[in-house]
Amino acid sequence: MSTTYQDYDPSDPYAGSYETTEGRVYTVTGGDWDQTLGTEAYGEERLVVNMGPQHPSTHGVLRLVLDLEGETVTKARVVIGYLHTGIEKNTEYRTWTQGTTFVTRMDYLAPLYNEAGYCLAVEKLLGVEAPPRAQTIRVLVMELNRIASHLVALATFGMEMGALTGMTNGFREREMVLDLLEEITGLRMNHAYIRPGGLAQDLPEGAVEHIREFLQVMPDRVADFHKLLTGQPIWQARLKDAGYLDVTGCVALGVTGPVLRAAGLPWDLRKVEPYLGYETYDFEVPTADTCDAWGRYLVRMAEVNESLKIIEQALDRLEPGPVMVQDKKIAWPAQLSLGPDGMGNSTEYVKHIMGQSMEALIHHFKLVTEGFRVPAGQVYVPIESPRGELGYHVVSDGGTRPWRVHVRDPSFVNLQATAAMSEGGMIADVIAAIASLDPVMGGCDR
Amino acid sequence: MTGPGDRSGQDAGQGAAAPSGGFRKGAFGVSGSGDTSGFGGLVRVEPGGAVALHSTDRPYGGWFDEVTDALAEAVGQATYDAAVQRVLVDRGEITYFVAREHLLPLVQALRDDEALRFELCSSVSGVDYLDSGGPAATAGRPRLHVVYHLTSMTYRRRIRLEVAVTAEDPHVPSVTGVYPTADWHERETYDMFGVVFDGHPALTRILMPDDWDGHPQRKDYPLGGVPVEYHDATIPPPDTRRSYR
Repeated sequence: MSTTYQDYDPSDPYAGSYETTEGRVYTVTGGDWDQTLGTEAYGEERLVVNMGPQHPSTHGVLRLVLDLEGETVTKARVVIGYLHTGIEKNTEYRTWTQGTTFVTRMDYLAPLYNEAGYCLAVEKLLGVEAPPRAQTIRVLVMELNRIASHLVALATFGMEMGALTGMTNGFREREMVLDLLEEITGLRMNHAYIRPGGLAQDLPEGAVEHIREFLQVMPDRVADFHKLLTGQPIWQARLKDAGYLDVTGCVALGVTGPVLRAAGLPWDLRKVEPYLGYETYDFEVPTADTCDAWGRYLVRMAEVNESLKIIEQALDRLEPGPVMVQDKKIAWPAQLSLGPDGMGNSTEYVKHIMGQSMEALIHHFKLVTEGFRVPAGQVYVPIESPRGELGYHVVSDGGTRPWRVHVRDPSFVNLQATAAMSEGGMIADVIAAIASLDPVMGGCDR
Repeated sequence: MTGPGDRSGQDAGQGAAAPSGGFRKGAFGVSGSGDTSGFGGLVRVEPGGAVALHSTDRPYGGWFDEVTDALAEAVGQATYDAAVQRVLVDRGEITYFVAREHLLPLVQALRDDEALRFELCSSVSGVDYLDSGGPAATAGRPRLHVVYHLTSMTYRRRIRLEVAVTAEDPHVPSVTGVYPTADWHERETYDMFGVVFDGHPALTRILMPDDWDGHPQRKDYPLGGVPVEYHDATIPPPDTRRSYR
């Protein structure tokens, strides 16, 4: 068979062909762009790339539709809703106490903030306040939770930027916090520990000592993070000037939390609208003035140190006392205790209601199945979650179940800034921009 | 005017004396023969529905009067009187019930006026007051409420605006021109409650799939489900199951 390339037909840029005795043979080859498309087509090339919802660097089930020209993003559209679980609707069909168990599953990296925000709203509707010890423990566990959340933010940030040791280190340190939270609440995540009126139970024996040990270890670990990442030239090059958003942009788009503080505005609800006695704690609000992913990284690192300071102060001021309001019409009747398999009813309590007091059994039954009534009205309670303003708009019609619970989740609001942060930049910076927002899709989609 | 949350069909302006309450029958709030608790004939008068129908009298106390005066001055007293139907101060929070025709000039003034400076729109959401605490809704009652939470970062104040519309004519002007952050909030409110925000750049569903039918967080949205047989007993679907109210 004589093979000649003389009659090669290059008119099809993707598959040139020539005649052989066996018939027409096509050769699919590569080639330079200017040969295949011509130089003039290069500038007009518009590529729509669908990134996610299953993509390792979009922080969960987030979908981005990117219009690209070369590597430049001309348009970024964000599609959410893949993790919508109807939690807000579900709370309307459960008692006020059961609501805690639902809301804790929204922003799963900051479960205690969801619980605290919800419980503060219910308490405001009820007109009750948790006892001082409960308030201090709430601050304590919330700041532990903030450290865990920021460590995940750093870990995933590292992973998405290609600094995989940052990821393994971040998750390793977070595990220490989760061990503490497991010891205190019985669960690593989704604790349902903060309840309307106080806490599910007091700190177990030994928890304070273990938290103090953690406080000894953690500052060195933060310093290790700085050694590992902060001075690293690649890390700096990837983060600096990526995802730029200034204060005006943040406020217009409703962005709060570390992103707003990295733009230079020291807006932290723990300082400006204190709750749970935050005004009595001594801590700083770290800010940066770079408005970019680099500043957000630095702010989060500094906030870990501030949280350590708050935890130490909270431990020092722990006084013995009740951790639940004394009103038996609100306080959960069961004496919960922490067993080897998590939190449950204490055996003494079960003996009491089953064998000794009929009235206690009736009271238990009424409060557990029917629940308490909350006076009609509506409140909005904002707290500072690791991602920004977490607001609970809770409406009661005077019944035993919430009429409406709406959650202003910071991930939901902050993600709106994606387009403003990434359009006109390179596609690699989109990853940095989203990672620096630290969205949690469980909270975003609810 | 028919006030938001008015369940009795009376003029809301005359109902200012006391929040009208509904009544409930039985321990479980079911009708028919489902209530086997022995309390089926019990009639309970409830202390009030979800929406109080009265208005708070001046002075409101604290900075509430200052903001209200500044707002009236910024938009003009005539516009203010037409726009703000009622003002309610409850649990240290102030709520302005606003007529939808006047929403936009009001939020524009709230954001831009030097004495107001509500720069941040924290949240926009909906509430469906279908039959809260009383008899079922009548057509034409403004049961869908859109709730705006505005924050003044300058003065560290928060206020709430509430716009009530009927399910038959659920149109509210979009505030995205004043607060760009309201974009997704309004999409979510449309998605969940079916409130149409006129002037929104792209009012599409955001959490539910694009081809979804209905608006899930409306109170009359069917929950679905089938009766389940378990150990010779039949468990009805969630929204027909008996429960405490």
